[in-house]
Amino acid sequence: MTNLKGALSALIVAGSMASGAMADPVDDTLIINEELTIVTRTAAPAHVADVLDEVMSGWLFRGTETRAMQADDFDNPGMIFVEQAEDVWNTADGSEGKSCADCHGASSDMSDVRPTFPKWNDAAEKVFTLEMQINDCRENRMGAEKWKYTGGDIVNMTALLASVSRGKPVNVAIDGPAQSTWEDGKELYYTRTGQLELSCANCHEDSYGKMIRADHLSQGQINGFPTYRLKNTKLNSAHARFKGCVRDTRAETYSPGSPEFVALELYVASRGNGLSVEGPSVRN
Amino acid sequence: MRVSIITTIAAAVSATALGAAEIAPTAVSFEDGTVSQSLSGVAGDPASGSEIVGSKKLGNCIACHQVSDLADVPFQGEIGPSLDGAGERWTEAELRGIVANAKIMFEDTMMPSFYKTEGFIRPGNAYTGEAADDTFGPLLTAQQIEDVVAYLSTLKE
Ligand code: HEC
Ligand code: HEC
Repeated sequence: MTNLKGALSALIVAGSMASGAMADPVDDTLIINEELTIVTRTAAPAHVADVLDEVMSGWLFRGTETRAMQADDFDNPGMIFVEQAEDVWNTADGSEGKSCADCHGASSDMSDVRPTFPKWNDAAEKVFTLEMQINDCRENRMGAEKWKYTGGDIVNMTALLASVSRGKPVNVAIDGPAQSTWEDGKELYYTRTGQLELSCANCHEDSYGKMIRADHLSQGQINGFPTYRLKNTKLNSAHARFKGCVRDTRAETYSPGSPEFVALELYVASRGNGLSVEGPSVRN
Repeated sequence: MRVSIITTIAAAVSATALGAAEIAPTAVSFEDGTVSQSLSGVAGDPASGSEIVGSKKLGNCIACHQVSDLADVPFQGEIGPSLDGAGERWTEAELRGIVANAKIMFEDTMMPSFYKTEGFIRPGNAYTGEAADDTFGPLLTAQQIEDVVAYLSTLKE
């Protein structure tokens, strides 16, 4: 059997070389608005160095036109939603009559936030995603209603907070109180779910760079979230994307906002530690 | 964590004795990853097999494999090896074993098991994202597996 496997991998290598350049990530640099250089590849952080040499943004796996759209805020359709969220940032809501700006100042002062989420919350004694933090502020500080986890209001707000952090390295903590959640996320990442028995790792660790039918597989990084997808012409949160990928294994998915997806988000984010925040990104 | 309990209940039913008796997914007998007995007892149809291999709604083998014979089917994937010449490299029994449950021949392979109904983690109802219900069956029927095997057997270089 060993011989046979050897022969097969030789075939696989020959096969992917034959189809060549098309499938490799591009050698290109993302500079937004001709001034902000984005780190789209960098050495893998220590906790994934056993399986990856380099971590790469999904941007490198997209076509020329899609990549160009993200390089200019006027061409990036996601920026319209950032503008909408900027208005909401400055508008009072809820029984306390406060806006986000009343507590936090200008949105541009929030550039250290996105890179560190998901992150442990002492009061709640659990890991908070940015969405959970936003809803916590709405409920407990503004006296306003929670937003739906993957609804337009909240995804727009995460796009605003990502946009002001663009260029800063993703830097989520995986130790201390967050560690057990991180371990749970790692377990999920390697679990082969559904009738197709595929794990995140099967597609995004073992097969990135290859075509799966019409799709060019990336490393499935989330430094670019939320992403504006040309396919559904709206901003998509990381959990919505996770749900789609799990569904595609013919599995019963987890819900956006569930403890499972929160843990998975922390783990996947940590695999991209060192890549720049680039949301809202553009993808197909 | 993968649940890889493979039930190899010796196939009690002999297709030849009972005519076109079908072997249930839980009753397939694998020997070193191969399956010598026809799953449906009816000869496979290569034309139907070619349709199944290329169709997104059926086998969707093309998602991961290239097949020059199906050059008219666009977007052939590159996860697995090209299937060109598969009929020369493998016997019918080997091909049947690979298509029915490739994980026995190739440990931990990414290739899905097309004739299997047990041992999944969070099995869903096709691509709905909902849990599987009592309509849950193997990815391909016994006859579809036979058709695919018949088609693969024609792939000679
Ligand atoms: C059957 C293959 C497959 C599996 C399994 C899979 N994905 Fe994906 N995923 C894709 C494809 C195809 C795309 C679109 C192309 C790309 O960006 O890789 C994608 C895209 C993504 C993206 C968007 C990346 C970007 O830059 O926009 C993320 C994030 C992602 N996947 C995470 C996951 C996670 C987490 C899991 C496991 C829960 C998972 N995927 C399982 C196929 C898969
Ligand atoms: C998700 C990916 C995937 C899908 C879908 C898939 N395969 Fe495979 N297949 C593989 C991989 C990977 C291998 C290599 C075996 C290994 O992992 O060592 C393989 C190996 C094979 C082989 C043996 C390789 C050879 O020398 O020809 C055959 C035959 C085969 N597959 C047929 C099929 C058929 C027929 C279908 C559809 C009914 C199918 N595969 C669907 C991934 C896939």
